[in-house]
Amino acid sequence: MNDIFLMRKNLFRKPLRTTLLIVSIFIAFMILAVTFSFNNAISNFNTLPTRMVSLSKINFTESLPMAHFERISQMEGVAAATHMNWFGGYYQDPQRGFMPVFAVDPETYFQVYSEDLQIPAAQRDAFFNERTAMLVAEPVAQRWGWRVGQRVPLNSNIFSQADGRRVWDFVLVGTIPTPPGSSQSGSVLIHYDYFNETISFGRDRIGWIPFLTTSASVNDRVSDAIDARFANSADETSTQDEATFNKSFAAQLGNIALVVTLVVGAAFAAILLIVGTTMALAVRERTREVGVMKSLGFSSSRVLRMVLGESLLLSFLGAGLGMLGAAGLLTLMSNAGGGQGPPIGFAPAVLGWGALIALGLGLVTGLAPAMAAYRLRIVDALGRR
Amino acid sequence: MPDLIRLTDVEKGYTRGKEKIVIFDKLTMHIEAGDFVAIMGPSGSGKTTLLNLLGGTDKADKGAIEFDGKHIEKLNEGQLTAWRAANVGFIFQFYNLMPILTAAQNVELPLLLTRLSPAKRRANVATALKVVGLEDRARHRPREMSGGQQQRVAIARAIVSDPKLLLCDEPTGDLDRATADEILGTLQVLNRDLGKTIIMVTHDAQAARFAKRTLHLDKGRFEAAELAA
Repeated sequence: MNDIFLMRKNLFRKPLRTTLLIVSIFIAFMILAVTFSFNNAISNFNTLPTRMVSLSKINFTESLPMAHFERISQMEGVAAATHMNWFGGYYQDPQRGFMPVFAVDPETYFQVYSEDLQIPAAQRDAFFNERTAMLVAEPVAQRWGWRVGQRVPLNSNIFSQADGRRVWDFVLVGTIPTPPGSSQSGSVLIHYDYFNETISFGRDRIGWIPFLTTSASVNDRVSDAIDARFANSADETSTQDEATFNKSFAAQLGNIALVVTLVVGAAFAAILLIVGTTMALAVRERTREVGVMKSLGFSSSRVLRMVLGESLLLSFLGAGLGMLGAAGLLTLMSNAGGGQGPPIGFAPAVLGWGALIALGLGLVTGLAPAMAAYRLRIVDALGRR
Repeated sequence: MPDLIRLTDVEKGYTRGKEKIVIFDKLTMHIEAGDFVAIMGPSGSGKTTLLNLLGGTDKADKGAIEFDGKHIEKLNEGQLTAWRAANVGFIFQFYNLMPILTAAQNVELPLLLTRLSPAKRRANVATALKVVGLEDRARHRPREMSGGQQQRVAIARAIVSDPKLLLCDEPTGDLDRATADEILGTLQVLNRDLGKTIIMVTHDAQAARFAKRTLHLDKGRFEAAELAA
């Protein structure tokens, strides 16, 4: 027997109460870990310091003329440029089969995103040479059971063909490995030329223009030059580095960081009150026992440590289970998503934040009852006067 | 026998609202090592306050309290706590056992304050439980035992760290006569065979007969003739 044994025994003296407390902390930490990991996943793609993006100044969904790409490609400080269009694609079912399909210019796309496109040369060449070719992130192919060489019909919820059909046939020519953080996570790449020739509207328009600068030190100068070049035109641009672009892309889904802060903040404010009140009540119920321990020779500081330890144990137990629950939930979500969209894995950084918050929660909720136990006089505790 | 406890001109009072209640005014007394003293007196006479002062759970306003030649009134809170752990065992009317712990674990509690190894602690617990005749109830929790058995566990807890002084506050107040006599018999054994000095506060004249002598306390004063005896 030791102090930790006593803490554990005291904590579980009312199993139902403790279990309910742990469940409430578990839920709060699971929300924290899931939302944090989600936010982390959509904002932490691999980025290159020299990779920038030009897009319409109005917003992300406004297209730009193809001529912008030509001009940007030739500007000083630009090493390579490509262009991308949002296809609005889905496979079979618009809800379950949604996937981020991008119409790209294959050769320039491979120049600008070379580090995340390490695929066999045969597959790369097939993608370059076949107009109906399609490359997909490996998890997407695995989810739908697609094989290289297979013909895959993809629908668009934005575009239609000249005959009114919204479905395009593509041939899967290769898969892209997507380690964590890959910019190609969940991606489906199709030929811009094939897309551009078959759509019924919006021809010769492009979504945005990713490009590499010759050096990160010229980024500001290049972005200023590009935006100045198209200022006062019908299609003004906004040029930003890739990390900023990713964040603004993610912001289309809502202000995730704000949602995380509000949801987690509300959950923890509630937990703080519940756990704090319950801990105070639990120690108050044990006033006599605290007095007995002190009469046996347990010092006030040792009693304080034991009460604090109890609330820390409760906090870390709930937090640990919450983290485990979040890891399991994220795995389930990731599997259900079949690799579409960013891979929402458990963010290791949340462990550190979780531990810090659990420590704070344990200390804050345990401090008042611990101080009360510390100050308690034996004669008052035992009613011996 | 030499004095184990010596109180000299001890003063103690409480403030209740605006009223100052004097419990002891220059109380002087001594108790020899190995004595078994019963302290009787009406409610409010200061019996429990005296136990609190002797056990270092409360402080005198003035005066000296010596234990084995050491002035405990001069000890700070931490020193007093350590002194109490080493020298005093408490036995309460309502046992005050930890309901979440077994009998053996309850008895082991004071030993957590020592440097004894777990094996030595277990051995001491077994010995203490044997002394009170409860070696077969070691794994039972308080709620699984009778009042008399719980008080025996409390006695085992009080003696396990081998203190010189046992302070008993109405140790049989919650027990029937037969069980009370068994408990008091155990205290007699501890006093006679193990040399423990016992001070027992009681309202029960029959219980007091188990002590070597009885002191009557009234309005904070002992009868002079009894103190002189």
